[in-house]
Amino acid sequence: MGRHLSTKLLSGLALAVAIGATAIASPASAASLKMAWKQDATGLDPHKQTAFSSIRLLELIYEPLVRFDKDLQIVPAVAASWEFTPDAKQLTFKLNPNAKFQDGKPVTAADVKASFERVLDEKTAAAARANYLSIASIETPDDKTVVFKLSQPDVPLLAAMASINAAIVPAAEIAAGTIGTKALGSGPFKLDKWEPNSKETLSANKDWAGGKVAVDGIDISVLPDETAILAALRTKQVDFALINDPLVATLVPKEPSLQLNRMPVLAYHVLQLNASRKPMDNLAVRQAISCAVDRQDVLDTASVGEGKVTGPLTMPGYTSDASTLFCYKKDIAKAKKLMADAGFASGFSATVIAANGEPATAAAEAQVLQSQLAEIGVKLNIKMMELNVYVDTWLKGDFDMAVALNGGRADPYPMYNRYWTKTGNLQKVANYIDDTLDSLMQKGRVETDPAKRKAIFADFEKHLVEVSPWVWLYTSYSYTAQQKNVQGFVPTPEGSLFGLSKVTLK
Amino acid sequence: MSYLARRLLTFPLVMLGVSILVFFAIRMVPGDAITAMLGTEAGLLTPAQRAALAAYFGIDKPILVQYWSWLLGVLQGDLGISVIHGKPALAIILERFPLTLQLALMSMCVALLVGLPAGVFAATRNEKMSDLAVRIFAMIGQSTPNFVVGLLIIYALSAGFGILPTMGEFTPLFTDPLRNLGQMILPAITLGFAFAASVTRISRSAMLDVLSDDYVRTARSKGVPKRSVIWRHALPNALIPVVTLSGVEFGYLLGGAVLVEQIYALPGLGRLVLEAILQRDYALVQGCVLFIAFNFLVVNLLVDLLYVTLDPRIRLGEGN
Repeated sequence: MGRHLSTKLLSGLALAVAIGATAIASPASAASLKMAWKQDATGLDPHKQTAFSSIRLLELIYEPLVRFDKDLQIVPAVAASWEFTPDAKQLTFKLNPNAKFQDGKPVTAADVKASFERVLDEKTAAAARANYLSIASIETPDDKTVVFKLSQPDVPLLAAMASINAAIVPAAEIAAGTIGTKALGSGPFKLDKWEPNSKETLSANKDWAGGKVAVDGIDISVLPDETAILAALRTKQVDFALINDPLVATLVPKEPSLQLNRMPVLAYHVLQLNASRKPMDNLAVRQAISCAVDRQDVLDTASVGEGKVTGPLTMPGYTSDASTLFCYKKDIAKAKKLMADAGFASGFSATVIAANGEPATAAAEAQVLQSQLAEIGVKLNIKMMELNVYVDTWLKGDFDMAVALNGGRADPYPMYNRYWTKTGNLQKVANYIDDTLDSLMQKGRVETDPAKRKAIFADFEKHLVEVSPWVWLYTSYSYTAQQKNVQGFVPTPEGSLFGLSKVTLK
Repeated sequence: MSYLARRLLTFPLVMLGVSILVFFAIRMVPGDAITAMLGTEAGLLTPAQRAALAAYFGIDKPILVQYWSWLLGVLQGDLGISVIHGKPALAIILERFPLTLQLALMSMCVALLVGLPAGVFAATRNEKMSDLAVRIFAMIGQSTPNFVVGLLIIYALSAGFGILPTMGEFTPLFTDPLRNLGQMILPAITLGFAFAASVTRISRSAMLDVLSDDYVRTARSKGVPKRSVIWRHALPNALIPVVTLSGVEFGYLLGGAVLVEQIYALPGLGRLVLEAILQRDYALVQGCVLFIAFNFLVVNLLVDLLYVTLDPRIRLGEGN
């Protein structure tokens, strides 16, 4: 009987599995792109959302005045053209006459004015407000012209406007208080449905001023495990996916039907030293740490070589040859001498914090650094934290050292003014400032000549690496994986998915 | 007072304790809804901006005031509004619950259908090779984490056969039974795997105990067929520890199987509560935990009542 029953059971289970296999998802309707990502958006208010995962969704729905292309050049979005006055104190935009919101109403100068006033209003609590503080007033001489009058010359302002945090939203929706509950932009896709942390359904915006969208829509599934995303790609359940983990990304090209898109990004992996704590307050100790770190080894071991060793400036046009920077070649003898000069010949102990899975390589980076610094007697204790706990600790500057992945910008000023100016909002996190850094940043802000700006920031970078408040490690890639029948996607160094507006399914 | 009435009276007290625990515990964890939404960019907020956001998330008032107003809401059936979903917490929980309930029931079926016969079989072959084989298998089952089983299944199916259950969304059983079962059977097997191993081990040892009892020997000596002795005389008495185990396990499963739901991308309660914690969606965390605690209480009560049916000698609540 026992045997009988188990035979029946087994055949029952086999049947169930067979049912499972037949009930596999039917292929997507030909013209809708099936997409997957690990992390979902956390909200729909483009002015408030700063998480990478939210921006990836919102930039399909909303548009700023201008955006970056794949070479980080500023190109039109809602605005068709723009012009700075020679003193960089006034910035004028001409809007695209065809730009329309998804309810069919045209995008007007009044919408632009209302959008920026909303960002600047402290009650909105837009974190990116800090980037637009030079705006003194906004004038709208006609329906399609907007003039920003600035309180001081601000060249990086234009680049700062190429952000979804400065998206143009309808003035009427601001007045109605529905921004964040309803997504109504002028972008290539309309949001039809959003179930947080589960899925979203987007349909193509037929009236989009940017041209015809080739797919009917995008169905996004949130698949929290990237191995499962790879499996879903393998079985063609998904056409296109975002991948974070370099280990998973390197497996994609092994599948003949899949293609991996790899794009160097501006964000940088860094070991932050807290220069307000002993003994990191000692220049020689910080320099010793910088000299003891083998950046290429961190990259190779923690991130399977997927990336490039970098200095502080990660944006094209400003990057320098990393090997020319202070101690970018591991030099243990020099590091030991610096430690001895500082009175720490026998080393010291410190705690390094890192966030679980954010980035995917965080724990591995901490471990490699731990073994490298052990060579000069620095004993690192690794403290892994849940992301939100890490963020809280990081913002308080409550760490000896921190492994971090910090976001980059197309321009050095908005990227670093928060850390390396005397009034920077995140001085408490950077915990180091000197007159040279501060004055170079101020000079770079107002300089309009590109060659001179580049020279100013090159000096800034050289000095920053020498005083070693942080040890810059490497930049990595953003990855998207796709079926080979998905064509025309152009990745950007910001990791933007805006290129999906031009994608076709063959 | 009857046992049932007394048990039911303790419910509100337990729930109050749970509410206090979850409300204050989640607030003691560093980081809040603001840092969850903005990450490190939260450092760019001015004090006025931070205050505006705190008011938006409902975390601007003193903590006791927050607790009191939440408790008053709960008493009226209002678990609060989830800030991420922009909907009442209870509505979201009830949306997610059918999946979790179905997954729990299905994995329990898998566990009992595999575990019980295997346990009984092993007990009747005590110390023979086949018994050893079942025990080794059960040991492997118990010691393999379910995310490993899940990932292996996904890998084997997708790489070997090019198939995979639908992921990312959930089709309710009554909307499309075939699609639903296709989606749920693998997670249920994954989850039921370790559970089946525990059932095997516990039913084997319970069965061995019972088989050495006098009444079994009597039945055998009276010439009752072996099959009848095992299944009709011995098994009902061996079931009590299995019921206890299943009840406790089922209670846990109703809280959602976080790892399995993550791997198969099933929008169940486990993932809901995990995401709510990660995003510091306090109302949702509190609502989920209260709901899960309530389920646990109900399941435990049902298990106790089931004992009486299984073994009439047990008289609940009359021990003292």
